[in-house]
Formats: sequence, structure tokens, C-alpha cells
Amino acid sequence: MNGEELARITDEENRIKKSQPHQIHVCVAAACLSAHSEGLKEAFVKEIKGKGIEHECKVKGVGCLGLCAQAPLVSVGSEGVLYSNVTSQDVPRIVEGLGKEPVKELQVSLNVPFFTRQYRVVLDNCGRVDPERIEDYVSLGGYSALLKALNEMRPTEVIEQVTRSGLRGRGGAGYPTGLKWGTVSKASGARKFVVCNADEGDPGAFMDRTILASDPHKVLEGMTIAAYAVGASEGYIYVRAEYPLAVKRLKTAIHQAERLGVLGKNILSTEFNFSIEIRLGAGAFVCGEETALLASIEGKRGTPRPRPPYPAESGLWNMPTLINNVETYAHVPRIINEGGDWYAKLGTEKSKGTKMFALAGRVTNTGLIEVPMGMTLREIIFDIGGIPEGHKFKAVQTGGPSGGCVPEQYLDTPVDYESLAKLGSIMGSGGMIVMDETSCIVDVAKYFMDFCKSESCGKCIPCRVGTAHMHDILTKITNGTASMNDLSTLEELCDVVRNTSLCGLGQTAPNSILSTLRYFRDEYLAHIQRRTCPAGVCKLQEQSA
Amino acid sequence: MMAPAQERKQIAPPTDDKRWKIVQATMRRHGHAPNSLIETLHTVQETFGFLEKRSLEYVSLALRVPLSRVYGVATFYHFFTLKPPGEHVCVVCMGTACYIRGAQKVLEDIEQTAGTKAGQTSPNGRVSLLTARCLGSCGLAPNAVFDGEVVAKLTPAEAHKRVEGWMK
Repeated sequence: MNGEELARITDEENRIKKSQPHQIHVCVAAACLSAHSEGLKEAFVKEIKGKGIEHECKVKGVGCLGLCAQAPLVSVGSEGVLYSNVTSQDVPRIVEGLGKEPVKELQVSLNVPFFTRQYRVVLDNCGRVDPERIEDYVSLGGYSALLKALNEMRPTEVIEQVTRSGLRGRGGAGYPTGLKWGTVSKASGARKFVVCNADEGDPGAFMDRTILASDPHKVLEGMTIAAYAVGASEGYIYVRAEYPLAVKRLKTAIHQAERLGVLGKNILSTEFNFSIEIRLGAGAFVCGEETALLASIEGKRGTPRPRPPYPAESGLWNMPTLINNVETYAHVPRIINEGGDWYAKLGTEKSKGTKMFALAGRVTNTGLIEVPMGMTLREIIFDIGGIPEGHKFKAVQTGGPSGGCVPEQYLDTPVDYESLAKLGSIMGSGGMIVMDETSCIVDVAKYFMDFCKSESCGKCIPCRVGTAHMHDILTKITNGTASMNDLSTLEELCDVVRNTSLCGLGQTAPNSILSTLRYFRDEYLAHIQRRTCPAGVCKLQEQSA
Repeated sequence: MMAPAQERKQIAPPTDDKRWKIVQATMRRHGHAPNSLIETLHTVQETFGFLEKRSLEYVSLALRVPLSRVYGVATFYHFFTLKPPGEHVCVVCMGTACYIRGAQKVLEDIEQTAGTKAGQTSPNGRVSLLTARCLGSCGLAPNAVFDGEVVAKLTPAEAHKRVEGWMK
């Protein structure tokens, strides 16, 4: 495989596409699948076969079309028409309308903030590319960045572009990606590894698994470029076994990439070798922490260890290891193709580029979005998401169990790493859960503490005992048996657990309590002093005389 | 991967069940390396439905990993189960989006219908009730999986109907 052959595949694909003027894209990502889109796709194929128009009409399954709230979604790629809530009864009408009048009742306007306010870098292929065909990815410019990196750039130049782009780790901590790559490339070791962290464990976050299920080759390409830059020849993708769809598509993608010669030995007819293996996680949230993840790849229990040494110097089997998150790798191909300076124009001064968010909870347009950094929370929640009529926004929870709640008065804060940290929350991997008046803030804090308690690996005592103790106190508050002393113990515990835990899980576990105490203290007090739950969620005991 | 490939005696599986061949294939693919423990346990669970004591003992011998470590790994990860599942499996998503949209109520209702608690199997062995951290269909919360079928925008009534059908 070389550049000419890639170009040939692109030409061939484009020729076929041209000969088929109608392209029907049926979303086959998680949410749409649960709304039976697989059957819908078959219905389209059958209908088109029945009419004998296969030669001019192509049906393909594509990745996430974004607006999960109105699943299943179907887009007619060639005409820029998007249909929502499609059922198999609608299929004949839609096929009939191809090239003529679109079916108005099912059509979603693309000229609404949900679509117009987004800027897609990672998701640019999402909804256009068939995740199970490498040729389709190639025809959309896939693997051209790898070709460019291998043939026209030295490894240091690749790192230089990534550094200039200002890309920061999208897993949550926001460490500068170029700096990390530089450290690994300079580290010495007999072997080096590139690891992709796809252990997206935050409840309510579905960015990474959607990328893997919708456009897996983009991640493989990003990892391969990274391996070239740091001088690694072996890679692992650590993905949760709970995401069977992502695992299946990833396996297919790796197999196809090896067959095409863009992965494996002598990639794109160069001297460069790189292989990728999938390692299945087994449901431990702590394995999102990098040292715990590496332990798990080595077949051990996923418990973290103190850093330094950082994995960049001593990671898998004590060799230098580059570890980045799925979304981070998925940014790389575009950065290489269009240059670091192009990317750096997007976003804010300290947080460059775009970020994906999984918008869920009490918003109208739940779904997957990608926006430039620096957009305000209000724009994301009210313009893109939209609060259903008759409900009142109460708080938005960002960053999953490690993050915090942000109330209405701070919604004009731009979304970037530093601003969210100042509010007592974190960027995290990008889950955004909107709550309205029907949610009790203390109950939500208890929910997250229950999560942290059961996910604590038990290695260090502050986290193991602290999270359990904090959960006990929150339980007392929500059932109406707590006193003001309990509240001060809770605050003290937050401080201890935050400052003395070994890894990120424990250090951030108190965030959900601290941020809610900061903005919704009166709700805690209502539970403790007046024995009432303002949202009417908690069942409190009657006050004893 | 670390230890050089050594000649070793073939360890015989605990029974002559043909399915052990699938497990052996996984171990062979990884060169019987101790670090393939988790991958191997995944295969055992996928093949047999759960991790029995004799499966753990066999994997321990075949990969030369102390049984204590095999047991430690098998119990550390939530995905692995040491008990056989019921005839039907219901997984209720307890992700944040589902929780905000009333998954707790759905779960309580199923617990009552099936007469069991989350993480356990009903006394008649018909229904295993599990919870998931997040299924990734947050846009259509709340969700649950009934025998592999993901059901979106689930109501307590719908959940009750399905589980009651299984219990008969």
C-alpha cells in the first residue's frame, strides 16, 4: 500500500458514489440501535430492492448523527435532509420522496442551533462514514495524514505540529499532548508502547465509545501517527467489555487496516512497523486512571500506584509508554493534515480546539455535540440543548463522579479547563447532565458518592474508608436523621479525602459534595434542620420530638 | 509476553466439555503469558456464562498464575461473576442521565416484581437482576437491557410487564 493506491481507492469509491445519486444513511450508533435502527436499515434495503433501484440508491449504516433524543435518525446524505423518529412504516414514503419532495413531517431542520453552533473536527466523518468499511474512510481523506507524516515529516516535526496545535488531553486532566509526546520520544527503553485509554467509565458520558463505534479508523490513524512520533512499535487499546458495539467495530477496523497495509509491518510501504491489540476492561472505573489501566493491561488487578515515575518514563512492563484518551488521538489526523496553527485558531487562549460533550438529562436535544472551547455553558445548555417547556433549569453536572454541579448564575462561564476548575467542577471527559427542579441536589451528591464508594479500589485508606463514611452521612441527611455536627464532619472528610488519596478517583470524589455545598447549601440545611426535601425526592423521617 | 516461551506440559481442562477448546485457543493466542489472565477469564465467562471454581483453578495452572491472584482479579472486576446467571437477565442502567430520569423507580419496581435485589437472582432462578454504570444511550434515558435487547425510554409499567412475563 502506498499513496497512489490510497488515491486509487478514493477514486473508485467516489466513482461508485457518483453513480448512486441517493445516499441513505441510517444511524447505527448506540442510541439509535436501541430504537431499532438495524431493522430500519433492513427495511430500506428491502424497499429499494423491491423497487429495483439498487443501482441508484445506496443504503449504509453510519455512526452517530448526533440528535439522540429523536432516534432513530436517517439522513439522505446527497440531499442534506435529516429525518427523525423514523419507523419502518415511513420507509416507502421516504424512498418515494428521493430526489423529489422530502417527507416534511419527519424532517428535522438542520438550520437550528443544535447543528449550526457546532464545529466538528473529531466528528467530521461521523454520520457520513460507514464504520465497517475502511475504503469509505479512505475516500473521505482517511489515512492521508499518516501518509503525510511518514513520507514528509520527521518524528520531531510531528511532535512540533501537535505542540503548536495546543491540544490538551481530552480525558479530563488537560495535560499538553505535545509535551507528553516529547517526553516519551526522549525517554529511553528497549521497547515503547502507545496506549489508548478507552475505558470511559463516567456514567452519562458516551463520547469515546461513540467515536470508536462511529469512526474507529480515525483513532487507529491517530495512534499510528503517535507511535511514529514517539518511536513505538506496539500499541494497546484498553476498551470496556461493556461496549460490545465499539469492541466489534474496532476489531473489524484493525483487521481491515492490517489487510490494507496501514497497520502492521511496513506501514504504507515504509520501514515503520506498528501493531495494535485490544485489551478488554472488565468494569472497574478506577482503570480510567492511567497507572491502574496499565496494571490491568498487564493482567493484574487495576489498582493505581504513586506517580512519579510517570508512564511516559516507566509504564507498561516498566517501558516508556504514551497514554492518551480516544478523543485526543482522534484530533491528531486533522492536526497533521491542516497544521498545528490551523487548530490553534480554534478555542480559547489556554484551551485550544474543540471538545465533545454528551448532553443528557433534562434537556430537549439530548445527544452528542462538538463545540469550540470557550463557548459558554448557557449557549450549550439553552441554545443547543434547550430546556423543555414548563421546567426550570437548576444545575448542570460536568465531569461525572469527579466533577461538580454548576448553578444558573455561573452559566455564562466559558467552557475551558481553567474556568470549570475555578467553579469547583472539572472538564472531565465531557459528560454534561442537566438537572431541573425535579432533582434533589443532596440526592445527586449521594448518587455520586455511592458510585465512588463502590468503585474505590481499596488500595489507599482515605478513599476506601472516606467515601464510605461520606456516603453514610449523605444517607443520614437524605433520610432526615442527620445533625449539624454531621455536616461539619462531612466537610472535614471532604478535605481529608481530597488531600490524602493516592489517585484521581479519591482526590476528586469529594467534588460532588463540595460543589453542591458551595452553591446549594440551603438544600442541605433544609434536609437537616427542617427535615424537608425541597425537590420532594427524599423520603425523610418525621422529626422526633 | 515477558517470559520467553517455555516448553510446558499441557494442562488438561477439568472436564471433557468441548467448549474448553475455545478457552485454550485464547490462551494459546497469547502464548500462555500470565498477563493474558483477564483476556482468558473473559473467554471463560463468555463461554460458560460465569466463572466456576474449577475454571479458576484450571486457568491458574495453565497460565502459571497463583490461584490467589486469579481469584483476586476475578473478584476485583465487576464484569466477572462467580455465580451462574438466571434464565433471563435484566440489566438496568443506573447512569447519571437514567438516574435523573427515574431509573431508581424502575429498578425498585423490577426488584419487587422479581422478588430479588439488584446483583442477585430471583429465588426461582428465572431472573437475574443487574445494574449497569452506563449503557451509552443517555439520550433515550432511562434504559434497560432485557435478554440482550436494549429498551429505551423505559417506564416502570413496561419493565413490570416484561419481568412478570419471565417469572411465570
